[in-house]
Amino acid sequence: MTIELKKLTKRFGALTAVDSVDLTVGDGEVLCLLGPSGCGKTTTLRMVAGLELASEGEVYLGGKNVSDRAARDRNVAMSFQFYALYPSLTVAENLAFPLYGEGLSKTEIEVRVARISDTLQLGGILNRTPGQLAEGEKQRVAVGRSIIRDPTCFLFDEPLSRLDVQLREEMRGEIKLVLQDLSRPTVIVTHDQLEALTMADRIAVMRDGRIEQVDTPHNVFQRPKNLFVAGFIGTPQMNLLTATLTASNGANAEFAISGGQTIMIDVDPRISELSPGTDVTLGVRPRNLEISNEPTPDGISTTIDIVEPMGAETLVHLSDGQHVLRLVTDWRVPLNEGDKVHTRFLPGTTHIFTADEQVLRTP
Amino acid sequence: MVRKHREIGKAGWGYTATTSIIGFIYFFPVLWIILTAFKTRTDALATPPKLFFTPTLDNFTSVFYRASITTGSSQATDMGLYFFNSIFIAGTSVGLALIVGTLAAYAFSRFPLRGNDTYLFIILTTRMMPPIVVIIPIFLMFRLSGLAGTYWGIILLYTAFNIPFSIWLIKSFFDELNPEIEDAARMDGSTEGRVFFGFCIPQILAGLSATFVFGLILTWNEFLFALLLTGVETRTVPVAMARTLGGEVGVDYGLLAAIVTLFLIPIFFVTFLLQNQLLRGVTFGTVKK
Repeated sequence: MTIELKKLTKRFGALTAVDSVDLTVGDGEVLCLLGPSGCGKTTTLRMVAGLELASEGEVYLGGKNVSDRAARDRNVAMSFQFYALYPSLTVAENLAFPLYGEGLSKTEIEVRVARISDTLQLGGILNRTPGQLAEGEKQRVAVGRSIIRDPTCFLFDEPLSRLDVQLREEMRGEIKLVLQDLSRPTVIVTHDQLEALTMADRIAVMRDGRIEQVDTPHNVFQRPKNLFVAGFIGTPQMNLLTATLTASNGANAEFAISGGQTIMIDVDPRISELSPGTDVTLGVRPRNLEISNEPTPDGISTTIDIVEPMGAETLVHLSDGQHVLRLVTDWRVPLNEGDKVHTRFLPGTTHIFTADEQVLRTP
Repeated sequence: MVRKHREIGKAGWGYTATTSIIGFIYFFPVLWIILTAFKTRTDALATPPKLFFTPTLDNFTSVFYRASITTGSSQATDMGLYFFNSIFIAGTSVGLALIVGTLAAYAFSRFPLRGNDTYLFIILTTRMMPPIVVIIPIFLMFRLSGLAGTYWGIILLYTAFNIPFSIWLIKSFFDELNPEIEDAARMDGSTEGRVFFGFCIPQILAGLSATFVFGLILTWNEFLFALLLTGVETRTVPVAMARTLGGEVGVDYGLLAAIVTLFLIPIFFVTFLLQNQLLRGVTFGTVKK
């Protein structure tokens, strides 16, 4: 079983919500659609479900073109953001509802409901109605209802967004475990990158209806394809500085950072394709910056604006007069607001983006 | 958030007493009419008004049977027919408006047209002017089409008058529902019909009840159109009531009060029957979240 999207497009009047999306989700693979709100991720999911019909392009489920089929004929299971439990039915009836259409015997339905309620620990609440459930319980029932059938694929729309932090962590692990057993293609829509990074086999980062990058969580974080992905993934956010290439010798290059300072960064030979005077954006993650007492060629001088202790680490906001830089350091490093310090870019950690926002070099 | 109801009686005597007094003042005219219905003609006209008297059922008897002036024997009146007419006409037209209104409201809520709000506004404009403004064209239309004096004529008219109100009210109930539930039902294999009848309608039963009762009260008491557009056979109670006024013997207040009292019963009954639904219906969306 696979999900294949070919040139999938959705227009609402003049607005193109989803723009020519190509995507394949393999058997047993969990893919997260990640992006800011309004980027078209939920619309994409609804087109896979059949709740929206595509303006252009095709949806293939298990190799079959289902583009023109209504939701009920696609055999897809979906779990909704607000759970969408049937308010007048009990938990047991909610769980059994997707099975009524499949012509199963009463005993078979009972067996399946019992199995799901064991998996998700719903035994104690089977006779309650949704109005009597806590948020976490509703979430479990919603997941249970979507996995009770044997569909071609599973879709989750913001599955954890309504839970508090502690429950979210619990459910994240639980859903991951459940999904591993299902061995069906699964698509999860989320705006929470932590959710995507922890649960997904691959992440598709979306912006303005287009997919910016599809890759493993590791690669999306370590090797962002463009400026948007670089800025979107990772907390605290990657530091981005506008600069101009001034000189390069193949192994090292010198950049003039807007604001007046210069910095020497190790580069790969591809940088020599660029001629001096080219505008670039330098990207470096907060954990790849280091405070040093002496000025170094691979650093700039900065002022400490704010110090935010985060427990094991400390988040430091620095300013070079033009940019705000975020730096994460060990909590033991003594820091004072207002101090002038030198900030080093650790070797081999700086991303370089061209003026059209594409990555030129990843460490 | 779940709101816990206070126990009944927790409001305290002060609030209870104040509410009772206001309630009594509101209900007093109705109470006076009901009392009058049980009075003899002399008691009904007594000055100062009598609060204590010997009740009689004569007025109720004479609603349906009256002594003929010429022969002196008891004769059946047509009041039974008029009560049937009122119930049949109001019930059917409010029922029809509810059906049409529900379907239209669902469409307006779930499948908006280009310029959806404009259509809704236009629908409401039909209720913006006083009914008397349209009485002449409607009267002419009825005469030309032969609808004047027929059941279908007055039922269609009342249905048309109830539809805008029904659409607006019911649409607000559909708007409050979580559309994800309908999507979930679709994903779980339900047809559009099943989604509508199995999931949407049960969730707004309270709202439908409220709409039904409001429409019923408006239609039940309607006088102007009934006066002009019903015939001898299709006359409703408000029109019949008006015809008891005047005449050579003056106004028979006891009789009039008896008719009014009987006229109140069906509405009381329906409202009482739907009371629980009604309370949920009119507070929909205000205390739920």
